[in-house]
This record gives sequence, C-alpha cells and structure tokens, in this order.
Amino acid sequence: MPDTAYLASVVAIAAVVTWTLRALPFALLAPLRASKVVPYLAAGMPVGVMAVLVVHTLRHTTLTTPPHGAPVAIALAATVALHLWRRNLVLSIAGGTAVHVVLASIVFAG
Amino acid sequence: MAAAQDVRRALRDSLSVGFAAAAMGMAFGVLVTRSGLHWWWATIFASVIFAGSLEFLLLGMVTAVAPLGQVAVAAFLVNFRHVFYALSFPLHRVPGAAAKAYSTFALTDEAYAVTARPEAQAWSRARILWLQAFVHLYWAGSVTLGALGGTLIPPAVNGLDFAVTALFLVLGIDAFRARRDLPAAAVAVACALVGHVVFGEQMLVAALGMFTAFLLARYAIARRRA
Repeated sequence: MPDTAYLASVVAIAAVVTWTLRALPFALLAPLRASKVVPYLAAGMPVGVMAVLVVHTLRHTTLTTPPHGAPVAIALAATVALHLWRRNLVLSIAGGTAVHVVLASIVFAG
Repeated sequence: MAAAQDVRRALRDSLSVGFAAAAMGMAFGVLVTRSGLHWWWATIFASVIFAGSLEFLLLGMVTAVAPLGQVAVAAFLVNFRHVFYALSFPLHRVPGAAAKAYSTFALTDEAYAVTARPEAQAWSRARILWLQAFVHLYWAGSVTLGALGGTLIPPAVNGLDFAVTALFLVLGIDAFRARRDLPAAAVAVACALVGHVVFGEQMLVAALGMFTAFLLARYAIARRRA
C-alpha cells in the first residue's frame, strides 16, 4: 500500500503539471498561434494517447491461462458496439463495465 | 440583482455537463475505495488535481507505486490538450490575480466546452467563476459520494476497474471520429502494443514517445512535399 508522503507527492506533482498546462499558454499565446507544429500535434495526439492508455490499463491481463482474457475482450467489444450505436459516453462506459463485472464475478469467477 | 442572475446562469450552464461529470465522479470514487485507499484520498484527488481522466490513470499508477517521474510525464501527456484551451477561453473577462489563478486551475474539458460558444466572450467574471466552481463542486462531491458508497459494494463484485479502460476506449473512438485519421489510429495501436511487449511497466512513456515521433516525422514529410 502506498504511504501518505508518496500519495501527497503524486497529488502535488499531478496538480502542478496540470495547472501549468492550463495557465502557462495564456502567457505564450502569440508563439502558440504562430506555431504550426503545435496545433498539428494537439490534433493528432488524442487518438494515440487514448490507444496507449487502453493498453496500459489492460497490461496485467493474462492471455496464457484461462479465461484467456475473454471477459476483457467481450467487454471491449460491448463498449465499442454501445458507443457506435448510442454515442453516449456515460452509457457506453456503464454498459461495458457492467458486462465486465458480470463476466469477471459470475461467468468466469475462479 | 445582477450577481444572483449570474449565479443562476452559471448553474444552468453547468448542468449541461454536470450529469456526465457526476456519473464519472461516482465511478472514480468507487474505484478509489476498491483500490484500498482511504475514501478521503478520493476527495483530495478530485479537489486538488481536478482533471478526471488523469485521476483515473493515476489510480492504477499509485497502487503500483509508480516512480514520481512517470507520474509527471503521464500528467503532461494526458493533459497536453489543455494547452489549446487558452486560445478561446475568455480569461480576459476574469480580472484579478487570485481569480485568474482559480480560473486557469479549473479550466477543465467541461469549462472549456461550455465557454466554447462565441457569446461566452462577453460573459461576466462572476458567471465564468461560478460556472467553474459548480463543475468543481459536482466533481469533488460525486467522487466523495462514490468513495463513501464504494465501501458498501460486496467484495465478490469484481472487474469494476474496467470503467477506466472503457473511458479511454470511448474517448479514443470520439477522438478518431473527430479526424478519421486511420493511419494514425493504426500506428497508435501498434505503438501501444509494441510498448507493452518491449517496455512492460514503462510502456506509457515509450509508446507515447514513439507515437509523437511518428506524428513529427509525418509533419516533416508533409512540409517538405508542400
């Protein structure tokens, strides 16, 4: 279990980095507007960031032993299907998570 | 009275994004309790960091006691998009150093989305600050409620942490829809998988580094051709 000093440091670092990213650009507006590569990166990054984060959150899923990642695979498919169908952020996340909880707690419960 | 009217308008504006924020907040609070942290850490994360998707990501990192350098890089990469909110957010309507400090601190996706319409450029200082304060209150309040309620969920219920994966997946689909850049999406998935296989726990920085290098290389090639 992480200790209090570590958790407090994490909160402080995350808060300072986030606030800097939100506040500093107001001081640098002119170069930001003039730059072409910065908006190019900003438009292109989200897809990459999200793809990497999805894999990162699943990095402890084991495929070599039963159920071979089946709950995760089915829940991913359900989330994508729900989101393509209804385009509702909260519904897609709640639905996908419900599918995963049922599979992990009941269907594939060890 | 003008001030009361500004508060009412801010409340109405905030409700448009408030429901989704509150639902995600409850989910985050539940996950904090389930990860073994005291419930009040949920309140501290929500109030002090106040950046939803980063908080979800940090939960997995702190339970693995990730190095602080990785935390800083993750915060930078996940929240880099905020750099562009400065181009349109009406900060010039919020005079005063303390007010400006709070307004930039609370410049979340929700605050940006609500102020993205042109008429927001003429909103009053009170209306903008109250809007941000209401969103802050919904987030911190719903996260705290979720954390307190999370202790009531029986331990036999497994797999709730998939909500974090689902959040990033859905945000990724929306990001893809905005641009329909299929090669970039394919390279993104490839970078993520290669990063995972080659770098393991350090995959976050490695995979995002590779993807950023791809974007920069493609930008350089496109410019040379132009």
